[in-house]
This record gives sequence, C-alpha cells and structure tokens, in this order.
Amino acid sequence: MSTTEAGGRIAIEVTVNGTRHRREVEPRLLLVQLLREDLRLTGTHIGCDTTYCGACTVIVDGEPVKSCTMLAVQADGAEILTVEGLARDGELHPLQRAFSENHGLQCGYCTPGMLMSAHALLARNPDPDRKQIRKGIQGNLCRCTGYHNIIAAIDAAAAAMREGK
Amino acid sequence: MYPAPFRYHRAATVEEAIARLVEIGEGARALAGGQTLLVWLKMRFDEPTDLVDIGRLPGLRDIEQEAGRVRIGALATHARIARAPLARQIPIVGDCASGIADNQVRSRGTIGGSLAAGDPSCDWPVLLTTLDAEVHCRGPSGTRTLPADGFVQDLYATRLEHGELVTGVSFALPGKGSAGAYVGFKRCAPAFPTSSVGVQLTLNGDDCTEARIALGSAGLTTIRAKAAEAELRGRTLGAGVIAKAAAAAAAAAEPVADQRGSPAFKRSLIDALVKRGVEVARRRARGETVEVSHEYY
Repeated sequence: MSTTEAGGRIAIEVTVNGTRHRREVEPRLLLVQLLREDLRLTGTHIGCDTTYCGACTVIVDGEPVKSCTMLAVQADGAEILTVEGLARDGELHPLQRAFSENHGLQCGYCTPGMLMSAHALLARNPDPDRKQIRKGIQGNLCRCTGYHNIIAAIDAAAAAMREGK
Repeated sequence: MYPAPFRYHRAATVEEAIARLVEIGEGARALAGGQTLLVWLKMRFDEPTDLVDIGRLPGLRDIEQEAGRVRIGALATHARIARAPLARQIPIVGDCASGIADNQVRSRGTIGGSLAAGDPSCDWPVLLTTLDAEVHCRGPSGTRTLPADGFVQDLYATRLEHGELVTGVSFALPGKGSAGAYVGFKRCAPAFPTSSVGVQLTLNGDDCTEARIALGSAGLTTIRAKAAEAELRGRTLGAGVIAKAAAAAAAAAEPVADQRGSPAFKRSLIDALVKRGVEVARRRARGETVEVSHEYY
C-alpha cells in the first residue's frame, strides 16, 4: 500500500512521447494538467472539462483516454503519446498532413484530440470504412467543420499509411 | 472544476483495499477506472477525504466461461469486454459494452464501477438485470453474491456496504432459443442515454416461453418491467402482443424531466426501444446477425 497525506505528494514516473519523466504530484492532479502545466506539452487541449468533448484525448498504453478524466497518479508507469509525439524529425505524421491537405480543421481547437483518436483507430484498424471512422471519433466534438473534412482526412491518412507514405 | 484535496492510497490486494476503506470510514471511496467518480469529484458533487485506488488490483479483469456460466472480473473495461469473443458469442453483451459512452471512456471505465456507481443511467446494471446476473462482492465480513436485479437500490445507492467491493459478475450462458438485444438512445456518443432497454427472450419459433425486460435512465434506479415481460411470456409474438408489452414497459417507467427530455418523450422512447429490442432479439433467435447498440443523432 502506498499512501499520501492530504495535500501531500506522491512520486510517479511516466514516459511521454518516448521521454521518461519523474515527478512528485498531488494526487488530485489530472493527467491533462501534468501534461500541460508541468511538462509544458500544451498541444493537448482542455475543452469541456466534463468528459464530453475529447479535446484532451491522449493515448495511454495504447488506448485513447480523456486526460481530463484520469488522475496523473493513475498514469504512473504508463507510456503516453500526445500530439507532440506524432511528427518525427520535423516531418508531419501522415494524419497531420492529411488534416492539412483535406482542410480537416477550422479553428483547430479539437484537432489534437481528433488526431489522437484517429491514431488509436488506425492502430487497430488500418483500413476503416467511413462508418468506422465516424465511430472512431465519436468521443470527439468539433464545433466548426461539420466533421466531413475530418472524416475525409482520416480516410486519406489511412490510405497513405497503408501505402507506407 | 477540479477535485478537492484527498489522501491517496494504492492497494496491492483486495484485502488491503477493504481494510483501508473500513479503517478510514465514511470519507473513503474506491477508485477503479474513474469514469464516473472523477467526474463527480471534479464537479465537487462529492468530496471524499481519501481515495483507495483499486484500479491495479491483480486478477480482476478476466472474462471466463465455466460450466455454462460467464464470469467477468470487476475491473474488465467496457473496451475489453467489447473486444472479447464473448461480445460476438452473446450479442446483447456486445451491444451494451460497445455502446457505452465513447472510445475513450470505454478504455478506462469498468463493469464493476458501472455497478457500484448506482447511477440509473449506467448501462451495465440494466444489462445484468436483463440477463438475471449475479454480482459477486467482497467486504469486511467476507464474500457474498447478490442478484443484479435490485443491486442498485436508489439514486446513487447500491446494496454494497461500506468497505465492500464488487469483485465480478456472472450469468448463465443463454440457452437454446434464447436471444436478446440492448438498445439505447442518446443525444451524442459521450452523453448518458436518454433511455435504454434490455430485452432477453426465449423463443420457440415465435412462441415466447420466457422474457426479461429492464429499463435504464427510466427512473431513479434500474427498472425491471415485469408487466411487459408478462405480456410476452406464453404468447405468440406479433405486432399486437409486442405493442402491448412496449406500452406496459413505458407505463412501468418513472422518468424524470431533465435536459435529456420530458417524461412523456422518454416514455414514447421506451415504447419504441422495447419494440426494437424485441424485434432484434427475435431475429437473433432465428440466427440472424443484427448490429445494434446505442443510437444517437
């Protein structure tokens, strides 16, 4: 049993985008706060704060989660992927390129969460049909695009990734 | 919108978690996936002094079948159940598991948490009532098994005693001619259902020999629609019989007005969902593959 006093801190270790971090955190610290305020990875957005909008979606041990609804202590020992971890060596990830080319965003607020949900979808299903794409982003709300171009972007990214581009 | 401070305990065993919950008393809550509890804490609906994290307890996430019964560990996530062979073998289980909230919530939320939350909008208590499941619990005075029907007693209140944890659920594999469906309607994927309905029928052709119907988001707790079941049991399914059952289910509901709709709207929804659930169960009993789950706009 590990335990803390009220207001006390607990040591955790997380690997974010391949880099290991050790931190002493308050148990009530949310994962999204750890990412944004402590690790300064502000690509992960806070939208609704109530587990609806999905703007804060990150991948924890291969599964998409809403990082506003997970405590940092619950992520102790986890491998986390955020939107900052998608691009490699200055090259956009195929999903990022497809969102740009297909105009899959307007204001961009929901985009990091959309990208991470799409990433989780394509990891399990590299060749989804449009209905499966819609289901893949069912937990992400967008207030401007009307979704059509987001779905087109994910479709295009899936095709590009299957061709190894 | 952030939780008030609390002490955090990470239990290594079920025994340790129970002992700590008992020792701390009323201010302690068990934390599993947190998809209900953390939302409450962030809105400060609840301000526990201590959280006992049971999310990493070993041996509580397995899905097994033995001697004609299915057993699901309390920490099995909705996603894990939705991807298990069980979800295709018993489609009503897949309907429920794959329809709860959205992909992200299903990654973290657990079947045990869905029961222990005592929220009438949670789906597993409804599904498990439909399947006449048992809830396996362990607490300071040992283990006990409770029926899923009646496990949620009142709004946010279950039959769990303080310090008692759900460790798993079990139910009989549906027999020959037995098929079901779990259907719900919600405004968008992440939202709780406006209404949901579980239907399990045993059919011989169109003759219904057994029926169980449970309603979710239809009152302050899970509602078993016994009058609706009685309309089907011993009858030959036809439009008139199904319409009577649907009307009886709508009458059994005790929906409250909220942002999801008026009581009249919810009753009409339940009427329609029962009809759909019976129809899908009937087709599945004939061996058809039918995909249903929570519907949303």
